[in-house]
Amino acid sequence: MSTATSTPSRPSAGRALPLTEGSLVQRLLRGALTPGGAVFILAAVLFVAVVAINPNFGDPPQLIRFIGRTAPIAIAAMGQYYVIVSGEFDLSMGAVIATQVVIAGNYIGQDEGRVLPALVLMLLVGAVVGLVNGLGTTLLKVPSFIVTLGTMLALGGLVRYLTGGAATGNPVDTFREIGRGGIQDVPVIEVLPYSVIILVAIMAGGVWLMRSPFGRTIIATGDNPDAAGLAGAHVWWVKTRAFMLSSLSATVAGILLVGYAGVHPSVGAGYEFQAITAVVLGGVVLGGGRGWLLSAAAGAFALELLFSFLNFQEVESTWRPTVQGVIIILAVAAAGRAWSLGRRPSRTSPPAAPAPPSTPAHPGTETGEK
Amino acid sequence: MSATAAQSPGQTPGQTPTAPEPRESVRRRRAARPRNTGGLSSTSLIYLVLVGVIAASVVLTAIEGRNFFSQGNIWAVLTAMSVLGLIAIGQTLVILVGSLDLSVPYVVSLATVIAAGGMKGLDSNLPAAGVNTLGLCALIGLVMGLLVGVLHVHGFIASLGIGLVVSGYLGTNYQGSHGDASPDLELLGRSGIAGIIPTAFIILLVAAALVTLLLRYTRLGHHLYAIGGNQDVARMSGVRTVVPVVAAHVMCSVLAGFAALLLLSRTGVGLPTIGSQGRYDLLSIAAVVLGGTLLAGGKGSVIGTIGGVAIFAVLDNVMGVMQVNPFLKDFVRGLVIVLAVAVYARRSVVRRPPRFGGSGPLGASLGTNQKGGAA
Repeated sequence: MSTATSTPSRPSAGRALPLTEGSLVQRLLRGALTPGGAVFILAAVLFVAVVAINPNFGDPPQLIRFIGRTAPIAIAAMGQYYVIVSGEFDLSMGAVIATQVVIAGNYIGQDEGRVLPALVLMLLVGAVVGLVNGLGTTLLKVPSFIVTLGTMLALGGLVRYLTGGAATGNPVDTFREIGRGGIQDVPVIEVLPYSVIILVAIMAGGVWLMRSPFGRTIIATGDNPDAAGLAGAHVWWVKTRAFMLSSLSATVAGILLVGYAGVHPSVGAGYEFQAITAVVLGGVVLGGGRGWLLSAAAGAFALELLFSFLNFQEVESTWRPTVQGVIIILAVAAAGRAWSLGRRPSRTSPPAAPAPPSTPAHPGTETGEK
Repeated sequence: MSATAAQSPGQTPGQTPTAPEPRESVRRRRAARPRNTGGLSSTSLIYLVLVGVIAASVVLTAIEGRNFFSQGNIWAVLTAMSVLGLIAIGQTLVILVGSLDLSVPYVVSLATVIAAGGMKGLDSNLPAAGVNTLGLCALIGLVMGLLVGVLHVHGFIASLGIGLVVSGYLGTNYQGSHGDASPDLELLGRSGIAGIIPTAFIILLVAAALVTLLLRYTRLGHHLYAIGGNQDVARMSGVRTVVPVVAAHVMCSVLAGFAALLLLSRTGVGLPTIGSQGRYDLLSIAAVVLGGTLLAGGKGSVIGTIGGVAIFAVLDNVMGVMQVNPFLKDFVRGLVIVLAVAVYARRSVVRRPPRFGGSGPLGASLGTNQKGGAA
């Protein structure tokens, strides 16, 4: 109570959230300096570098095909984002993709009429896996790393056991068209792949979701589950929904991959770590509470652009993991510093410029999504 | 164990640790002293699970018309334990300090090819190749430790990244088997006591004993628990946090190097994919958590980890005897991991005692009641 007199009522309240101040341009510039924004710049730089080596890459038809190819990993990364921002891990993603691919291959077969039931079945399986992961993590209090590792081993083992570890089944071409085909005769880009449309739809839905109360709650839960719980959030249900979103994203990625990769239980192997890499590259903090959804997708694109760059440079593909490893370490080391610089006003140095007092801050409206 | 020792003085400063006992609530007592309340600690629980798994295995093996306790079978189980066991001990150290090591499979693979390449099938090369290999492992651990401890990169990412770097190197430079183990090392892989206990298992026991002593009786060991419990509190209490983190990672990688030498003693050649095929990263973490160590760090023991490794080894063995489809083995493993951890995950979580009202009349009476009942 004596502190009330000693702290003058400076307009310092807004300094706690510098991202909410200033004009749109100022906010965009500041946002670009955070790891979540820097990944967009990184992706742009890589794109320019790839185009510089191989000018054909910049042609709209080529580019849209690249986006279509990258869509599955970007969708998986956005699914992983929900889980990571809520403070957990999902290692079961690759196994879910393999399961869905095998379901598609064996259930549909050459029967056109089964395409829609199969889609429903796959989404249902995805939701159930996510539910199991989420309930195991929240109600049984098993660390998510272990639960999802368990589902990864169990699902992966089951799928390989049922298929004998070999490619089985061949879904009809109409189903494969989802991942492979597109709308023909579009001006400029020739073909608009369905995967790009799905990607854009999922992005839009995700942005809307992260701006909804659920999105706010999920970030609060990841930042501090105890505080979120005391504030009235149902932490277990929020986290469980995050796991379900992740498994459903893996399902969609699986549906798209059927078109590209065919039916084999090893499709999707390693997707969980690639998705985590993309999310981390997007500046999302492991442990939860920090990061933007679209940055996760941008991380996936940056990673794929990097691999394209290395391909065009004729670097042996066996070096890919090494590059990936160096990149994620650097990204995280840099991000760890930048988030604290971007978010927290430094205590030692005086404020460089006084905050414009007339600008009305909108607390809590600009923190989750750009 | 050390976590409990570290907690009791902290609860009521200025008094002897035994004095405030009657005033503690039941919950607080359970959380702080799992061993004294008569309830099962996670370590004893894991060994109970192990006994259950062994009993089931004996029955299942008998149904197949074979003896689980036959000489050859025990040898097989103990041999299977030794490699994963050594890696899991290292993983325990890393997890205790609040980090993770996903790079072990690649370190193991790298160590086998480097050691086998250095030995070239000659005994005279054995010491130099061994020292080189372990030194390289220590260097990898050092880099990882510095990334985690100094640059504050999350252990998950640092070790995943280093693992990827190493795997890229392996994939580019080694195709197929490489080098040749020295005859002495291969002899070590076949030797043992009375045809029951392989030397590899004795090495595992020695390593487990040494690390247990390190954790219980040295400053470094106590600091590992303190940092894993809460790094900020440890730092503000005057613990230099960098050294234990780095030491844990170096020890983990060196133990992975030892495990690689044991593997090499059995295979005879270095294989660049042997580690990732064994999936030592995820299985060792699963074994550590199965052994009652908190994945978040700060609580756990090597003894529990060995129990977790033993459960995996027995399961694998009985599934091998029953000729279970290798893909179905993964399914069973996954189920066991989740179920076993679910059984005791609730109790192994250290709950913070309630800050207000914990020592009210109800809590006190419950506390004394239970003490009377236990005595």
